[in-house]
Amino acid sequence: MPDESLISLSDINRTFYLGDSKVHALRNVDLNIARGEYIAVMGPSGSGKSTLLNLIGLLDRPDEGTYKLEGRDVTTLDADELAAVRSERIGFIFQSFHLVPRLTAAANIELPLVLSGFPAAERVKRVSQALKEYGLTDRANHRPNELSGGQRQRVAIARATILRPAVLLADEPTGNLDRVTGEEVVKLLEKLNAQGMTLIVVTHDQALGARARRQIRMEDGGIASDVTNSHVEANDASRDGLPTDIIPSVDIPTDNAQTVPVEPVSSLPASRQPNEG
Amino acid sequence: MLLADSGRFAIQAIISHRLRSFLTLLGIAVGIAAVILLTSIGEGVHQFVLKEFTQFGTNVIGISPGKVKTGGQPPTGFPTTARLLTIEDARALKKLPNVTGSSPTVWGNSEVEANGRLRRSTIYGVDADFINVFSAKVQTGSFLPSEGAGSSRAFVVLGSKLRKELFGTENPLGARVRIGGLHFRVIGILEPKGQFLGIDLDDTAYIPAERALELYNREGLMEIHVLYKEGTSSVAVADAVKKRLKLRHGREDFTITTQEDMLKTLSNILNILTMAVGALGGISLLVGSVGIVTIMTISVTERTNEIGLLVALGARRRTILGLFLSESVILAVLGGAMGLLLGIGLAQSLHLLMPTFPVHTPWSFAFIALVISGVIGLLAGVLPAVSASRLDPIEALRAE
Repeated sequence: MPDESLISLSDINRTFYLGDSKVHALRNVDLNIARGEYIAVMGPSGSGKSTLLNLIGLLDRPDEGTYKLEGRDVTTLDADELAAVRSERIGFIFQSFHLVPRLTAAANIELPLVLSGFPAAERVKRVSQALKEYGLTDRANHRPNELSGGQRQRVAIARATILRPAVLLADEPTGNLDRVTGEEVVKLLEKLNAQGMTLIVVTHDQALGARARRQIRMEDGGIASDVTNSHVEANDASRDGLPTDIIPSVDIPTDNAQTVPVEPVSSLPASRQPNEG
Repeated sequence: MLLADSGRFAIQAIISHRLRSFLTLLGIAVGIAAVILLTSIGEGVHQFVLKEFTQFGTNVIGISPGKVKTGGQPPTGFPTTARLLTIEDARALKKLPNVTGSSPTVWGNSEVEANGRLRRSTIYGVDADFINVFSAKVQTGSFLPSEGAGSSRAFVVLGSKLRKELFGTENPLGARVRIGGLHFRVIGILEPKGQFLGIDLDDTAYIPAERALELYNREGLMEIHVLYKEGTSSVAVADAVKKRLKLRHGREDFTITTQEDMLKTLSNILNILTMAVGALGGISLLVGSVGIVTIMTISVTERTNEIGLLVALGARRRTILGLFLSESVILAVLGGAMGLLLGIGLAQSLHLLMPTFPVHTPWSFAFIALVISGVIGLLAGVLPAVSASRLDPIEALRAE
């Protein structure tokens, strides 16, 4: 494998058993992802895109095939080693944010540091820096139910990136947000990507998918098409050469975000409901 | 994850469900309070009973005729092959090293007549050393004098109650008293001694043992009490007594019971009593711990999502296990501490309301109660915590 390949999947198979029936969630998937790529994974429900994301995020193991992350074969690691890799190299962003409701924004952002056993002083420093970068300083002591949807997703993104992972996995990151807020969140993610973080977004949203340089369409557990949008890539060529492990200094229009009304989850159109890939 | 952080995380989870957590730890609190209260009463009774027994002095050895393995003696009048204990035996024991006194003892119940009044009382046949054995004090006059063998004069010393019943406020010294068919002269009155397990110790008369043998038509003593120096090993004295009596009797046909042995046996029995009432309280503690299991199981189900998130953020299974375990342990220990205060409070207010009611809470119980509640929390938390740590993160993240 070439050195620049961040993620390399070869001949991956994953099968589930639902009762008596066998579901082939992934069939012979081969995929190489380089550092700093911006990828949208699309496809209908049940096409295997969520399974692919879980597998890349080391929440799931393939039945067959090899998965190399940064050149290291991670299919043979035990549960604790996987946890360590997850904590250091992978950041997750979810459709429903998955913030711990009883913890403040700051404490939610702090969680990965706490789990990794960072000393308190270091944690305080890093969290306050992250709060500043994501424009959340004045919301630091608010609980998730006191934050708008956009703010919640920003807290989630701050949490996912606080340990400077190599790859950011976003599962329908705008699924629970209205158009304006969703746009802001996407811009934020793209900014992170522009600064070198590999971004993989799973989405149903065609418009969102179209923004990615590389679009992977999945069908029946296999990759149906894998298109790289050359003109978008050309626009962002400047990103090359940037160090991948720096925290991006993101500039968020905070005033704007706070005035956006939060759209209740129940009123979401059906097409935006979480997919069960 | 640092230990302090797991604790903080667990406390935040507990605080986020204030009422629910409070009710859960109330279950443990009631259990611990019940155990503390009941064992406090048990321990109080224990100390009360031991105090009753030790009022006779603890450095006493009792010798009874007949070789038996436990305390007591053959019923009066029942023919045995054992050689009788005699007044000479008691005298011989006085000369042993470290022995400060030895009193032959015979007792019975007889009519006592004096001053034109008649009363049935307990009669003790003893000798001069008995007052020390019994830790009694003379109020007026003197106790029985020590006299040579076969020459005991017919003197009687009265207990305070008997004196009051027979003589009222009159001075009984020198008065004549008829006990059974024998006549005695009063030479002393004892100070009141109170009751011992419901027996009035003041409704008694003390006469020389020789006279008592005559009165009850017995050949042998019922018991010999040997008093030894404070601080001497009871075992060594008991050995010396045994050796001397074997020499006199030719074989071991008597039973030696040291007060220490007796107190130990009694203490054991009372400990079992305390444990038994403690176990009754333990039932409510058990119910309380089932409450913890219930609430922790509910908590795991409710927080499935959060568990999935923690796994995604790189938490190890062990970390998640530890988080839920520490939550249930903290719940239980908080409940235990609350129950401890509640239990001690109840025991003390009981003591205030009824000062005669024996209540005593040893600190060791308090400590043990806290440890037990911690262990309960650990045991109660295991099942839910293990199920939390075994959740499939993908399913967990998907859960609503």
